[in-house]
Amino acid sequence: MVSAVLWIVIVILVVLVLWFILAYNSFVRLKNRINNAWSQIDVQLKRRFDLIPNLMESVKGYMKHERGVLKEVTSARTEFLKAKGPKEMAQAEGHLAGALKSIFAVAENYPTLRASENFMQLQEELSGTESKIAYARQHYNDSVLEYNNKVQMFPSRIIAGIFGFGQREFFDVPEAERKNIKVSF
Amino acid sequence: MIMEKKSFYDHISANKRNSVFLILITLGILIFLGYFLGLILGNVYFGVTIAVIVSLFMVMITFVAGDELILKASGAVPADKRHHAFLINTVEGLSIAAGIPKPKIYIIEDETINAFAIGRKPEKASVAATTGALKKLNRTELEGVLGHEISHVKNYDVRFMMITVVMIGAIILLSDFLLRSFIFGVGGRGRKVHPALIVVALALAILAPIAGYLIKLAVSRKREFLADANGALLTRHPSGLAGALRKIKNDNTKPTRTANKAVSHLYFSNPFKNTAILSTHPPLDERIKRLENM
Repeated sequence: MVSAVLWIVIVILVVLVLWFILAYNSFVRLKNRINNAWSQIDVQLKRRFDLIPNLMESVKGYMKHERGVLKEVTSARTEFLKAKGPKEMAQAEGHLAGALKSIFAVAENYPTLRASENFMQLQEELSGTESKIAYARQHYNDSVLEYNNKVQMFPSRIIAGIFGFGQREFFDVPEAERKNIKVSF
Repeated sequence: MIMEKKSFYDHISANKRNSVFLILITLGILIFLGYFLGLILGNVYFGVTIAVIVSLFMVMITFVAGDELILKASGAVPADKRHHAFLINTVEGLSIAAGIPKPKIYIIEDETINAFAIGRKPEKASVAATTGALKKLNRTELEGVLGHEISHVKNYDVRFMMITVVMIGAIILLSDFLLRSFIFGVGGRGRKVHPALIVVALALAILAPIAGYLIKLAVSRKREFLADANGALLTRHPSGLAGALRKIKNDNTKPTRTANKAVSHLYFSNPFKNTAILSTHPPLDERIKRLENM
């Protein structure tokens, strides 16, 4: 009788320890996935960042009278350079995306520019990078959502509490700030 | 928005469950066959062991076989950045969204609208699209199709289908073995086998391959639905994929020249357009309807 009870206790302990290990490992895995997802965003943001000087160069000759738009891009680029952490970066990213959009909108008025091979390739490249940023952000936010759910939910939150797995920030911009892009023509 | 996402995940988990169920049935048939074979031969364990060894051996074959062969057979050439920038960018973006490495990207010179993905794991995956798909689909639709293919890669569908195919192969092999053991009368040697057992075993030997074949097709169709749901989740835009399927439905170009039956389950839409139960793909109308309800 005593040994039966002992066995039950042992089994329960083993199951608990196993759960503990599995839960801890899944936190580590999710955390690494988030970090990896973040570096994907970073790669794409840098890629676009590096494309901007080329774009400015190819556009400069045509858009002499659109200083406002060009300046907008430059200042958004500088803002992006200074941004720290997901929240600020997301905000700067939004401004930069908006500024680029207005360049391409203005470019519609310059048929010779639009027809140039170089510009067309840059436009394709930039819009490709743009959608990659969106996809990378989606992956990052999905990963953060899964991780944050785990941090908050019972019983996994016990593990999170013990090992200090805190909540992570989403890469997101409040709707109001996203609209806050002034373009002076 | 929340509701939408929940129903995406519902589709995905339901499909996963069904696929597991189907593969368990296949395994069951296999072991059952081995058991009967053992009965006829006089040793049950021997029969079951043969069944397991045969299926393991066949699974191993698929892991050794290369993707290059299939790519070459379908006439795929690597896509270049200059001419297919949108294709390459989209595949790269979708693989970022799915959290898998970038697959190799190929083009198949063919006027039909189609695409396929191969590679037994995401690290070794390749995605191919026909020139017809690039020409006839708009960007959202092409994105939908590619999302479907990337989902195949992410879900290990290619590996899953390969395993199913070889398990069917194992069933056929064992059934054949069982039939032969009747013809050559292995069971008759000094052993009494109940006549009813012989009838059951005979029926099994004939029906099992047919059942296996139908199961393979059913598994394939389930996987297509799953990839549709997952692809829509990746692009967050089910109507793009639905639009592509509608265009395929109305497209009357002749079937893919280089497609053959062995790889038809790999394609985005069935190159042979045959119907319902004998098809590796669900009917287009059903796929469109499910996407529209997401």
